[in-house]
Amino acid sequence: RSISRRSHPNSPGKLTRQLCSSILPDTLDRSSDSYARNSDAMEGLISQLHSHIQQVMNGGGAEAVKRNRSRNKLLPRERIDRLIDPGSSFLELSQLAGHELYDDALPSGGIITGIGPVHGKLCMFVANDPTAKGGTYYPITIKKHLRAQEIAAQCRLPCMYLVDSGGAFLPKQAEVFPDKENFGRIFYNQALMSAEGIPQIALVLGSCTAGGAYIPAMADESVMVKGNGTIFLAGPPLVKAATGEEVSAEDLGGASVHCRTSGVSDYFAQDELHALSIGRNIVKNLHMAGNLEGHQHTLSDFKEPLYDVEELRSIAPTDLKQSFDIRSIISRIVDGSEFDEFKKLYGTTLVTGFARIFGQPVGIIGNNGILFNESALKGAHFIEICTQRNIPLIFLQNITGFMVGSKSEANGIAKSGAKMVMAVSCAKVPKITVVVGGSFGAGNYAMCGRAYSPNFMFFWPNARISVMGGAQAAGVLAQIERANKKKAGIQWSKQEEDKFKAEVVEAYEREGSAYYSTARLWDDGVIDPAYTRKVLGLCLAASLNRKPESTKYGVFRM
Amino acid sequence: DAPNSRNRTSERIEKILIANRGEIACRIIRTAKRLGIRTVAVYSDADESSLHVKSADEAVRIGPPPARLSYLRAPSIIEAASRTGAQAIHPGYGFLSESADFAQLCEDEGFTFIGPPASAIREMGDKSASKRIMGAAGVPLVPGYHGHEQDIDLMKLQADKIGYPVLIKPTHGGGGKGMRIVQSPNDFADSFIGAQREAAASFGVNTILLEKYITKPRHIEVQIFGDKHGNVIHLNERDCSVQRRHQKIIEEAPAPNIDSNFRSHLGQAAVSAAKAVSYHNAGTVEFIVDTLSGQFYFMEMNTRLQVEHPVTEMIVGQDLVEWQIRVANGEPLPFSQSEVPLSGHAFEARIYAENVPKGFLPATGTLHHYRPVQVSSAVRVETGVEQGDAVSMHYDPMIAKLVVWGEDRTGALVKMKDCLSNFQVAGLPTNIDFLLKLANHGAFENGEVETHFIELHKDDLFIDQNDSLSTEQAYNAAIHGASIAAACLCEREHATMREGFPGNLSVWYADPPFRVNHCAKRTMELEWEDESINGGSKPVSADITYLPKGKYLIETEGSSFPDLKINVVHLRDNDYRVEHGGLSTNVSISVYQKDEMEHIHIWHGPGHHHFKRRKGLELAEIDEFQQKTAPEASSHPPGTVLAPMAGLVVKVLVKDGTKIEEGQPILVLEAMKMEHVVKASTSGRISGLRLAAGQQVSDGAVLFTVKDE
Repeated sequence: RSISRRSHPNSPGKLTRQLCSSILPDTLDRSSDSYARNSDAMEGLISQLHSHIQQVMNGGGAEAVKRNRSRNKLLPRERIDRLIDPGSSFLELSQLAGHELYDDALPSGGIITGIGPVHGKLCMFVANDPTAKGGTYYPITIKKHLRAQEIAAQCRLPCMYLVDSGGAFLPKQAEVFPDKENFGRIFYNQALMSAEGIPQIALVLGSCTAGGAYIPAMADESVMVKGNGTIFLAGPPLVKAATGEEVSAEDLGGASVHCRTSGVSDYFAQDELHALSIGRNIVKNLHMAGNLEGHQHTLSDFKEPLYDVEELRSIAPTDLKQSFDIRSIISRIVDGSEFDEFKKLYGTTLVTGFARIFGQPVGIIGNNGILFNESALKGAHFIEICTQRNIPLIFLQNITGFMVGSKSEANGIAKSGAKMVMAVSCAKVPKITVVVGGSFGAGNYAMCGRAYSPNFMFFWPNARISVMGGAQAAGVLAQIERANKKKAGIQWSKQEEDKFKAEVVEAYEREGSAYYSTARLWDDGVIDPAYTRKVLGLCLAASLNRKPESTKYGVFRM
Repeated sequence: DAPNSRNRTSERIEKILIANRGEIACRIIRTAKRLGIRTVAVYSDADESSLHVKSADEAVRIGPPPARLSYLRAPSIIEAASRTGAQAIHPGYGFLSESADFAQLCEDEGFTFIGPPASAIREMGDKSASKRIMGAAGVPLVPGYHGHEQDIDLMKLQADKIGYPVLIKPTHGGGGKGMRIVQSPNDFADSFIGAQREAAASFGVNTILLEKYITKPRHIEVQIFGDKHGNVIHLNERDCSVQRRHQKIIEEAPAPNIDSNFRSHLGQAAVSAAKAVSYHNAGTVEFIVDTLSGQFYFMEMNTRLQVEHPVTEMIVGQDLVEWQIRVANGEPLPFSQSEVPLSGHAFEARIYAENVPKGFLPATGTLHHYRPVQVSSAVRVETGVEQGDAVSMHYDPMIAKLVVWGEDRTGALVKMKDCLSNFQVAGLPTNIDFLLKLANHGAFENGEVETHFIELHKDDLFIDQNDSLSTEQAYNAAIHGASIAAACLCEREHATMREGFPGNLSVWYADPPFRVNHCAKRTMELEWEDESINGGSKPVSADITYLPKGKYLIETEGSSFPDLKINVVHLRDNDYRVEHGGLSTNVSISVYQKDEMEHIHIWHGPGHHHFKRRKGLELAEIDEFQQKTAPEASSHPPGTVLAPMAGLVVKVLVKDGTKIEEGQPILVLEAMKMEHVVKASTSGRISGLRLAAGQQVSDGAVLFTVKDE
């Protein structure tokens, strides 16, 4: 420990020592009704989560999986398992993308993405699932692919594209082709990342048709499997229709053509396992001069939290009106449950402080109620400190919003909130957000919601997100509706109004769920609360895969 | 630089050259060191960095690997002794140990030969002469023909007179080389010619003797010792009945199920035999005991220290090499006959690199993993190799001798079984598992030993593929081994990865590997190397689920074997402590690469299993597939005949393209001085036979093809 501190006089370790390590007390009342209630509710939520996950793990169904196997092809997760270092972890992202999004099931959005180490280098994996709709790109597939590239660019992770896709899903061409964040963006990102020195590697393990052909073509290095891998702008049927030429898929765009003649691909693989082994070797030979500065604070020996992390399942509020101390969560995710609180007595509805997660220093910002003027100012202040010192930020969201009312407005709550939003927006340190309860209104902005580009963002199964609560929205909308009806001279019965409100509440209820969010990629995945520490640890290590950047703020409204 | 050996300052030996290699060289060096005597090793190019060279104070290169150009070259050895100033030469066993000429040469050149007088070697070396001398001295002899006349017709007549079965034996050499048993008059001619050729190749002399073949014999031998003052005593007997290919594999002392009366008769006969040739130093008189009649007959005398001498040392509490040196120095024997102790019981198991299911053919290879058992006052391991050494085709394939002592036979046997199950060798096939089966056999436990023991009990000692019950038992045991091995391999792999990367990535290699909302799983495809007869390799697939805290759930298919939740703790190096279902045991795992495959050995309790696995992706090389385009070694067309062992082609008996019958001998291979006749697998026309005598072939090489006519 002391060595890393000496080498970095500005490290938070010094600060930690000055303040004397403060261990968070165990305040959990395990005999309380709410503990039992929350535990029961969370148990139901987690078993629901696991059943959803189990479903997507089966890919596109038994028949498609069998067909895939008969071609000597592995499933996408198996491919990744064999690419990453044996016995290492894999942080899969947005497993439930596409959940109940389309008429047909599209497990995991038809594409598997995530981070794992290869020869000790963290890589981003983007793997088509050929068993799900032939690996074609639905709108959500593209969104998930682009999100993976975004994370890779942000963390400077080499990208490994495991290509096995029929290209764009043609019936939805209007949603997948023309817009900025559509199919074309994939190749744009490849070009830009390659220019930035972030390696782009494609393993063509199946078909790679039309636009998809550009994934290996745009890659720095690409591998093709004999027999299974094909690359062409147009497949044999289209070629026959266009030119009358009759040609087999293998002769048109097989590994031999592209490795020997066209030069579209660089490595010829005898079979899939061989391709994966070439893939590992490519990463081994990257010789990237790593970042490393970001790592100097990391301690190799760290303590586990003093309290049982599984108890996070009992702390998570399922009734968002219920308040709880965010410190009981912090004490179960940080090393040794040690948390050095910053401005503990000021703006107490926002908890800020320093800690370590798996030895990696972090600044934690967690909600303990509504954001007031003071809490927002405290948040902005703390973010400035962390950016000064290159300390990654963890946001634990459980926020109903900023304080409303005349007193608050007169005090300039909007101005204070803007300061925190400015600080969050400009902060160039890694940011990771976990929504542990509600994520409502402007509180979502100040607490680094999706729009603020956190490196990673996860939801607990109980979490909810919307512009405001369903009941409040129903109240506001009913007021407007009543006014409109009054203007039109229509009588609105109490019964009709209740029905109207119920519908709004129901819509908010549905659209505010963690699954509705994760299906649309408003986050990077729903996680079991008990694994929050683990996921944060992995994300931090991935985020620190680049050199720190200095932060430049805009004009703070004083 | 060295003082000239011929200007001795003292009569006592101060420096010995050991004209041998391997375990016996190491064993002699050990005693010499204890006595303060300096040692000189000699070595061929194949042994440049072997243990006996490292153990000796000095070492002299004497030539290229083939023994006839190095260890059998007397002038080179004499020169090495002169150069280093050694006063004495110990020949060990094998090589020049029973060459009367060499013994004579040593004495002529002024070196003390640590062994018997040349005259005794010469007399005993000639089997026919020795029998005449023994007959004259009143030592009982097996009925037979020991004449000079070697005409085949006359020999046949003699054989008919003795009565079948008849044993054909070269007059020179030993170790069963060139021996043939003839069951009926019709087979006599073929066997006789074969024996002549093998004798000529091995010993340079092709004279043959005939003997009555005893159907239910025991091989009991007596260790004798004589000094230069005419004293000869015996140090009790050894039973060496359990043999394969006429070579001993388990020896014990004293012989089981004999009484002291028989023992003293045997001992007296042995002493008479030695005295008849004015013997001094260590020697062994071998007897054949007809278990049906209780008669014993003189077989031969080995005029050297024997491989199995340690069992005698264990029961008399003496160091025979020390005695050899003392006697060579002219000292009298330390004991009189009545003072010779006999305490407890000792076994020796010879651990060989050999292919048991292929008829005990000698094997070669690298000792990728070699961990003999812990030695103690009751457990000796005599070995000349270390992990990483190769067992080459140039010399004897013995890896080690395991010697155990116990208060009585049962106690010693318990110890031997325990040691055998903990004796770890991987990288080449060995007979350890077979020895363990032997030691566990009821008849062996009862001391019902005889020279046909293995043949007699072959149904118990080898798993017959037609016996579904034992085959299934063996398969289930292999599944169990595979399950535990899979868990240990995961733990090992994980630990290697964890250590390989810097601290900031440690969270990515934490235990168990993390997966979001599910458990990490993997499938491990193994091939079990079934080492029973016609076993071959069988696929075993294990589905592994990583559970927290070093626990693994292992699911296997295709057997009645239940799923296991295995907890693995890595102790050190290759050792693990494994717990499942409340049972906790020690397990050792060895992993090495060979022939493009990863080989995995597991020792768990008395079980040992060998698995192969396609190399992990992290091990495969990018250009691996470039070589894969070569035809697969395993896919030979039908009718192809492969070399059953690495060896030298001694003789090609038919011409390429000729018509042959099933079972017809085609060519003769030789390895470790042992001939092996390769026969036609089917009738047809032979093709692709391009071998000639003198050519070397490797194990599994294509020899020829038999095409259907």
